[in-house]
Amino acid sequence: MTIVEAARALRTRELTVRGLWDACAAAAHARNPELNAYLEIFPADDSAIESAQKRIDENDPSLLVGIPLAVKDNILIEGKVASAASKMLENYRATYDATVIKKLKDAGALFLGRTNMDEFAMGSSTEHSAFGPTKNPHDTSRVPGGSSGGSAAAVAAHLCIAALGSDTGGSIRQPAALCGIAGLKPTFGSISRSGLIAMGSSLDQIGPLTKTVEDAHILYEAIRGLDALDSTTIPDGLYGAHELPKRLRIGVPRHLLGEGVEAEVLALFDTTLEKLEKEGHALVDIELPASAYALAAYYVIMPAEVSTNLARLDGMRYGHAARGDTLLDDYLLSRTEGFGPETRRRILLGTFVLSSGYIDAYYRKAQAMRSLLRAEYDKAFEKVDAIMTPTAFSVAFKFGEKSDPLSMYLEDIFTVTANLTGMPAISVPMGSVEREGKKLPVGIHFTAPHQAEELLFTIGEAVQRTS
Amino acid sequence: MATAEEVKKLAALARIKISDEELETFTREFDAILAYVGQLEKLDLPQGAEHEKPALHNVMREDGEPHATGIYTEKLVEQFPAREGNALSVKQIITHDEPE
Repeated sequence: MTIVEAARALRTRELTVRGLWDACAAAAHARNPELNAYLEIFPADDSAIESAQKRIDENDPSLLVGIPLAVKDNILIEGKVASAASKMLENYRATYDATVIKKLKDAGALFLGRTNMDEFAMGSSTEHSAFGPTKNPHDTSRVPGGSSGGSAAAVAAHLCIAALGSDTGGSIRQPAALCGIAGLKPTFGSISRSGLIAMGSSLDQIGPLTKTVEDAHILYEAIRGLDALDSTTIPDGLYGAHELPKRLRIGVPRHLLGEGVEAEVLALFDTTLEKLEKEGHALVDIELPASAYALAAYYVIMPAEVSTNLARLDGMRYGHAARGDTLLDDYLLSRTEGFGPETRRRILLGTFVLSSGYIDAYYRKAQAMRSLLRAEYDKAFEKVDAIMTPTAFSVAFKFGEKSDPLSMYLEDIFTVTANLTGMPAISVPMGSVEREGKKLPVGIHFTAPHQAEELLFTIGEAVQRTS
Repeated sequence: MATAEEVKKLAALARIKISDEELETFTREFDAILAYVGQLEKLDLPQGAEHEKPALHNVMREDGEPHATGIYTEKLVEQFPAREGNALSVKQIITHDEPE
């Protein structure tokens, strides 16, 4: 059931808020032992359910009233544990609501549970969770993608109506693609990150994972906006107004699709292109030469920011606190026991690229590359309205298949550019490929200029209609 | 390319302990990752681009109306691993004793 369908059923009295909650909670409890999508399924909040029902009875127009949502474990809900799927924060209870949670509470939404993820949002498969991986509902021998894999699996398996995730290099869009749902990474600054456990502060954005593009639009509208608690949030219209032409010009960087993309994924991509062309949209060949270096720049900038952000977790004020003989031992033990291997790897990488002998060769070069990439995209958007690629190389891979870190990092190749440029991007299902008798979904990815989310919703719905 | 010595030093700087076994794996993986991100060296950048101010910069909020003193104290203090009243209790670092 989608947000739109559930909201309608609540209003036609086909369903009560309690009935909807119970149905979602029952489904979550029944299937979670198999999928491990939720780290915790919350008990029913009777007063929230009653007040939502009252709002329905009073014909409240908010479509989110009484809708049970799943929330990624790095977004704070006051009084609930927010562990970022790490031993470090296993027992950390949020002392305040994230701004997005506050907004959703005001809109009448309910929270079903907190979802599994790669530790501190670092990974593309949820295999880096300290609490065991999430399984892909389409084939439980395969990963759901990551890092928002728990949210994606919960939505795809109907263990909630919709979910929130966060996206630093593709962490909403890649799991959305691998689980066959819609996922939006909004413009940097459009949604407050107050109350999001920080990973890469110049890259992180919160966004929706939903069954339809329309639902993503509803959730996005509910959580966006300027926030005094996050100075990186931006006002409407900062990047100027965007026209929404009937006939869209869609840019296709064919040169980026040469290596690595599976033949069946490419075939679906071409079919989708044809369908869009038939719908009256224009396809334009474009070249984005700097994009080839985007992933390299990302794997310098992101770990640099990770090592800085995670320095605050030292076993002193909150989180895992191991004690040794000296204060230095306290730090060393707390951080060594608290962080998993991938987190430690990225902290070390970040420490390396920021160290005095290497900062020019790596970090400053990557920052310069980032400006170049942004200029390249700005230029491309003079000729086209959106840029289209597959979301990932392939269908969901099997557990353990990408055990060396670099091959896992390559999963982000089509998605990181949107984080580096701050531009919005969406992944929408474009069909499926059969593997070992199972249908595995494939996603298509569109990037638009800053604050042109409306365009992504329009084009996403066009794909949804035809696939 | 990274040496085990370098990785060890980085770990010390980052306040992380690495076992000998892990050190070998980390060093090997580091090499592969650095070789990959090393592509950046091939990129032709405009003169001085590395020292341009990045597009993003910090924005400070004006000091405004503060919230009432103490309304968050108990919640925050509850997260402390060890407390003395409302103070965070940590190991003594400075001593008045003569060094041994």
